[in-house]
Amino acid sequence: MQDYIDSDSDPGPVLRGNERTVKILIVGHMGAGKTTAVQAVSEIRPIKTEEVMTTAGSGIDRADLPHKTTTTVAMDFGRVNLNEELVLYLFGAPGQTRFFDILEDLAHGALGALVLCDPRHLAETYPILDLVEELGLTYVIAVNEFDGADRYTEERLREVMELAPSIPLVFCDARSRLSTRDALIALVQHLLTKLPEPVR
Amino acid sequence: MTARRRGGDRLVATYVVTGGRSSPTRNTLDQITLISLSSSAPYLSRSDLNEEQNKILGHLARGAQSVIELGAFLHLPLAVIRVLLCDLIESGHIAASGRRITDGPAEGPDRNTLEAVLAGLHRL
Repeated sequence: MQDYIDSDSDPGPVLRGNERTVKILIVGHMGAGKTTAVQAVSEIRPIKTEEVMTTAGSGIDRADLPHKTTTTVAMDFGRVNLNEELVLYLFGAPGQTRFFDILEDLAHGALGALVLCDPRHLAETYPILDLVEELGLTYVIAVNEFDGADRYTEERLREVMELAPSIPLVFCDARSRLSTRDALIALVQHLLTKLPEPVR
Repeated sequence: MTARRRGGDRLVATYVVTGGRSSPTRNTLDQITLISLSSSAPYLSRSDLNEEQNKILGHLARGAQSVIELGAFLHLPLAVIRVLLCDLIESGHIAASGRRITDGPAEGPDRNTLEAVLAGLHRL
């Protein structure tokens, strides 16, 4: 059998069907803590899905590559009811460029993205920042503070990642519900600052 | 082509359950579009529906579900679940609400939505 879902997966609060739904992407390199972060906030047991992607061979013909390959991409998603009328979906999505199509589909209509990174592997976050920008998503960097990892100052991290001052950087512990929630709050606050001033 | 029993080969099964189509004919559904049983669902015949579509209706009897959750429940990729759901919308068994992907660019989030999300997060 396919291992998509736990059969005893907690279905969470029952939805009526007329709630408003919004989504936020949590992207990051492998091991950055995406699954943990989704799990920390979700009210349903996070569900792992696998999307099968067919990539048609394109560009230069290479004899060593098949013309068509199928890749499986694992995604986690969770859900949390923010109030009676509003449901937030969180998607933990892989940050590799080869999954661009799936990410583009996910990014469509998303509020924004939390870019989770492991300070021990900062270089792995660079391509993800390019990707998120290409997707047109507003984002906040959340540095997942792993136990035993060296702590860097915000200044140092910004310098290493060459972050524009306008992009917020927060620290979080992806295992903690409140800490991950605070990172999401930083994202939503940043999104609010990017809105045009209300017309008076 | 009518649906057959699903075999062990995933690619074949995927092709069969959608009747050979790989993209829905109607508006594409977003992953977070909520799907619920329509008010007429109890009165409509289900004899023309395939196994997967019957499972969808059975699952929805418990409450509304997002497209992505239904896909995970049925172990089907999004592209396939979307086709199945579009057919069920056309046959009148289910209704979709909320966000739908249309051809145009996605509207950015509005202030009211963001403020509601912010307030909701603070309450967690």
